[in-house]
Amino acid sequence: MSISLAILGAFFIVAISLGILARRGHDMNLEQWTVGGRGFGSIFVFLLMAGEIYTTFTFLGGSGWAYGKGAPAFYILCYGAIAYSLSYFLLPVVWRYAQPRRLVSQADFFIAKYQSPALGVVVAVVGVAALVPYLVLQLKGLGIIVSESSYGSITSSTAVWAGTAALVVYVVISGVRGSAWTAALKDVMILAVVVSIGVYLPFHYYGGYGPMFRAIEQAHPGFLSLSGAGMSPTWFMSTVILTALGFYMWPQYFASVYTARNEDVFRKNAVMLPLYQLVILFVFFAGFAALLVVPGLKGADADLSMLRVSKHTFGEGTVGMIGAAGLLTALVPGSMILVSACAIVAQNIYRPMSASATDRTVAIVARGLVPVVAVIAALMALHGGQAIVTLLLMGYNVVTQLFPALLLSLGTRPRVSAAAAIAGIVAGEATVGVVTAMGLSIATLLPSAPQFVKDLNVGLVALIVNLIVLSVVALLTARTARVRAEVPAAASAS
Amino acid sequence: MASVIPKKPMRRYHLLAVLPALGLVAGIPFANRVDPYVLGLPFLLFWIVAWVVATSAIMGTIWLLDRRRGATERAP
Repeated sequence: MSISLAILGAFFIVAISLGILARRGHDMNLEQWTVGGRGFGSIFVFLLMAGEIYTTFTFLGGSGWAYGKGAPAFYILCYGAIAYSLSYFLLPVVWRYAQPRRLVSQADFFIAKYQSPALGVVVAVVGVAALVPYLVLQLKGLGIIVSESSYGSITSSTAVWAGTAALVVYVVISGVRGSAWTAALKDVMILAVVVSIGVYLPFHYYGGYGPMFRAIEQAHPGFLSLSGAGMSPTWFMSTVILTALGFYMWPQYFASVYTARNEDVFRKNAVMLPLYQLVILFVFFAGFAALLVVPGLKGADADLSMLRVSKHTFGEGTVGMIGAAGLLTALVPGSMILVSACAIVAQNIYRPMSASATDRTVAIVARGLVPVVAVIAALMALHGGQAIVTLLLMGYNVVTQLFPALLLSLGTRPRVSAAAAIAGIVAGEATVGVVTAMGLSIATLLPSAPQFVKDLNVGLVALIVNLIVLSVVALLTARTARVRAEVPAAASAS
Repeated sequence: MASVIPKKPMRRYHLLAVLPALGLVAGIPFANRVDPYVLGLPFLLFWIVAWVVATSAIMGTIWLLDRRRGATERAP
């Protein structure tokens, strides 16, 4: 017990120190704090964007889905690859527009494009509504990882508070630079730990991947392919499309685009990131290996499969290393979410409401919000029940509603009015809310539809409602938004 | 500061970027089977892994072609 505890503690301290050291030599104004002064090269942007791949959701949830659901888990590998191929064309356009205008948040982009502060507020609210549950999930995951890998000697709630404190300290001090530096440590750890256990476990228990999968298929026929109904190929395809479109709509990843020094960074990343995310394959291998070794974890407990099989197999030292890797997977995305949520509230909600706001006061408000948002998230992680899980499932559907308005804005001027963009987003979010609150699926909405329609991801309904309302309002307000003629200085965007 | 970068024209080979979506979305119903195992992986998982690797190769090809045309900004 003491060995794993010592390892966890050591990594915790190293992570905080790195996060704090990241500030060195930089005056932390708003632009440094939120987007690292737009000076990050390929490696840091790569690490920030790879942050999406390895959150606690992938670490615990990826192995948990492989263990509990089988083949449906494979969707996690698909949507990233598609999003990255899209990013090759999308992100340079976003960067080129944002760079000369010194944008710092996702909402800033919509405000500038549509010349509409109101749209900015809508996008800001949507962003924060999706981010807070995501932060709660990271903290919950952190609690689980630390309490499991310390063999219960650190309780989940102690871990959540310690993690929250660490996040607050280095986010306030270093902002997104802290995220980038700890991301470097995290990725080395994750690569080493996940690849090791993803290779070791199948060979140790089954003698290889082939024998492992054959044993699983024999014990659970049909587990390794998609079923005819429910999580069927139609479910899989519609989910992959929705999540691929929503991928860069998350405010923290959208804003990480602004950190890049030049636009070629994104093209290099689009080449490298698909390969890099194959590490998730080894997370699946660990989950599959656990299936016949530590059977019987039901429902949400499936998320414990990787940690349980590791404790079953390895000594305390190794378990401590795995726990440390898990700890970092919570801290890095957690810090990016915190920076992003606080920057959005300060920049896009506080600034328009306060006539006297300057860059300096906005930066102070943003940092002042860090402990507030962090403590709210920690309390929700400790006391919130099932509702948080429901909120989180909404997360992707919530951010995906921003995609049509973004796509339509990418030309020299938006193709629809700001009113149409707002109406579409609001209608889409309302649909997501109703569908989630009432637990609707396409099968309940259209009971007589053929099975392949019933299995479609219900998020598509919200996206379709969004598009219909957007089109109708766009036609009604045919005189396109009063977009001022682009100033010549903005020629780089054309 | 950014230099003024001319808009990158759409080139025909950019259509290659549609392939990953075809393989990883449209291809799924056809690849949804366990047999044959390839490299120890059930066929569906092998199909997905192969397409993820292909995605990198395809985007790398596009990047190289873009660079040759001088369409992308060179890193300083």
